[in-house]
Order: sequence, then structure tokens, then C-alpha cells
Amino acid sequence: NFRIDMIKMNDDELEFDMVGIDAAIANAFRRILLAEVPTMAIEKVHIYNNTSIIQDEVLAHRLGLIPIKADPRLFEYKSEGEDFSPEDTIIFQLKVKCTKNSQAKDTTDPDEMYKDHKVTTKHLKWIPMKGQDTIFKEGDLRPVNDDILIAKLRPGQEIDIRVFCNKGIGKDHAKFSPVATASYRLLPEIYLKSPVTGALAEKLQSCFSPGVIVIDTENGNKVARVANARKDTCSREVFRHDNLKDLVELKKVRDHFIFSVESTGILPPDILVEEAIKVLMKKCQDFMSDLDT
Amino acid sequence: METNEQSNKKRLEVVDSAGSLDETCKTFVFHNEDHTLGNSLRYMVMKNPEVQFCGYSVPHPSESKINFRIQTHGELGTDVLKKGLKDLNSVCEHVLATFQASVQDFKRRDVEMADG
Repeated sequence: NFRIDMIKMNDDELEFDMVGIDAAIANAFRRILLAEVPTMAIEKVHIYNNTSIIQDEVLAHRLGLIPIKADPRLFEYKSEGEDFSPEDTIIFQLKVKCTKNSQAKDTTDPDEMYKDHKVTTKHLKWIPMKGQDTIFKEGDLRPVNDDILIAKLRPGQEIDIRVFCNKGIGKDHAKFSPVATASYRLLPEIYLKSPVTGALAEKLQSCFSPGVIVIDTENGNKVARVANARKDTCSREVFRHDNLKDLVELKKVRDHFIFSVESTGILPPDILVEEAIKVLMKKCQDFMSDLDT
Repeated sequence: METNEQSNKKRLEVVDSAGSLDETCKTFVFHNEDHTLGNSLRYMVMKNPEVQFCGYSVPHPSESKINFRIQTHGELGTDVLKKGLKDLNSVCEHVLATFQASVQDFKRRDVEMADG
């Protein structure tokens, strides 16, 4: 009566079915995936020098949104007012200076004219804190993607900043959300109230996405049959046609949830779902112990 | 340190309704919670046949707290809440176990298909 089927799984996204559960719990998991699974993200930015055209606050905002590949389960939350410690902070340095390329002649291509004019996440260098270099190797803590453009510079401009990453949850700021998105839909159910034959069957097939309705040939007659209701995108195009709208009933299976989880790359999506379930368990356990005292 | 303990103590409050001695009707206030816990806990508590009424509300969207009301046919309100939390915890454990088994199965099938 309760089962979970994996449909698609790779490092970036996960599609799975949860059958036999109530909407309240499925929605709780979705909400936790979006807002309450913790990650590490850039929180404080110390700007020593910024002569670029990008304003300090805009630059800091962009840095905050960069996904940092650090397992948040290995770090603690940082408490307000306390100093940075190796258990709750990761430090990166971004030091880029743009110079003119003296060898380039007669080009207008900025890639040839200037050196280091695009500041990307590749320029973020990890500065290990005391004790971190024993736990993490060089290259363990880094931004998820090397090619995110942070700022553009021209000769003479430079950026010299030190950033501090802390642990947080999506409820506090969306930059801490570990998923690109997490959503679910209910499995559609298409019920043909009476047999649909002939040209009408072809029209019915065209009203749905390809693969939903399949036409069988029985005794020379074309009969429509629902082959795969899962592929339906719920456009309800049937109801726009008077001769089809009374033949079909479109429903949803109330306890069959098709989840789709896209990770930003910090943690694999199947680990994210496990962490979300653990977050809900921890909430229950915390309140149970509160009640016992 | 002190402020942490204080805010932990305040996480779950009971609304004192003019010192009434009726233990079967209680309103709990969960601090720092929203529909995520509210709706799922309400669903679990409603499954209890002893429960006459169960509902929750968010008094104001700017404040992160929920009012959780339980009325029973005779059981203690706090006992029903504890049972609801325990049941929700076991549902989560079951879901976690099923999910992990399903992931292992899928990965194994993937490896088998790649080898074969």
C-alpha cells in the first residue's frame, strides 16, 4: 500500500514516484527540500579593493548565490556574535586584476585584448583554516561550477575580497536552498466513458500529448485506448471540442505523487530527499522531548 | 549559551485558558514552525479515533508560529499530541527505509544493465 519507485536518477536530477501517502506529508517533504535542508553559502564578504564597475553590494549579492560544494553535514551552524571557527566557516579569496595584453594587435575581441577580464568562480581560491587542511584536501571545497561569471573587468580594475561561508537554510535566504527546484504532480487519470471510434478516435488522440492515447484496430474499426496517462500534461484540450468533451473524464490519482528534484550540485538529489525526511523526523523528536520535560 | 536555552524552552507552549481544569481540550503554540509541520501533524493526529477536533492556524504570516488545537473524547490533549508526533516520526522512518531500499535497488539495476 506504500511504495517508492525510482524513474530517473543522475547527479543533477531525480524523478521518483511516491504512492500511497497523503498530500500533507508529501507536501511537507517538498517544503522541507526547498527551505529547510541546510547548505553552505557565502554569507560575509570583506572587500579590500573593488575598482570594478560592479557595485560592492551587487558583487556581494552575486557571490552569495554561488553554490559551494561543501557537505553541510560536516559543518556546524555559526552562532551570532561569535568569531569564525574552522567548524562553521569556509574562507575563499578572490583576487583578480585585469591587464592589457601587450601582444594583441588589431583585434576588437576582448578575450584577446585583455588578460583576466572575466572574473569567474574559477578564481575563487580556498584558504584553509586551522585544522581544515587535515580534513579536506585541496580541491575538496570549491564552488560547484567553475564557469559562473561573477564580474567583468577592464585594464586597471581589480577585485580583492575575502569571503566567508556559513551554514544556513532556505527559509532564511534562498541562496541556502539545496535544490534548483523540487516539485511534485499527481498522476493523471483519463477515463473514457464510452468507446471512441473512427475519425473521432484520431481527434481524441491529437488532443493529448503523444503517447497518451493509442489507437487499436478491431474488426476494421479504429478504437481509442488510454495507453499511458502519465505522459499527459493536463492541457484539458479535450474540453474545447463539443463532440469529445462528454466522452472523457479527467481525474487525478489522489495518492500517487510524481516527485521531481533538481539539485544545484552541492549534494546528490537522492541524499537531499533522505536529508529532508531526516529533518522532519528531527522536528518530531525535538517536540517529543520538549513535551517530556 | 543562555539565550539558546531560553529560546529552546519557548519552542512549545500551551495556551492557558483561564486556568480551566479540562485536560482534554488544549491549544499548543509551536514557535518557529509553519505549514510544513502543522499540516502533516494535523493529518497524523486526525487519524486518532479519540480525537474530536484537530486543527491548526497561522495567526499572522509575519510571525513564524502556529496554533495547534486538539479536542478529545476523553484522552489527555498532551498525550494525543505526543502520539501524533510519534506516529509522524514512524511514518518518516518507514518512508526513509523504503526510499533508501528503492535507491539501492535502482543503482544495482543500473550497474547490472551496464555490465550485461
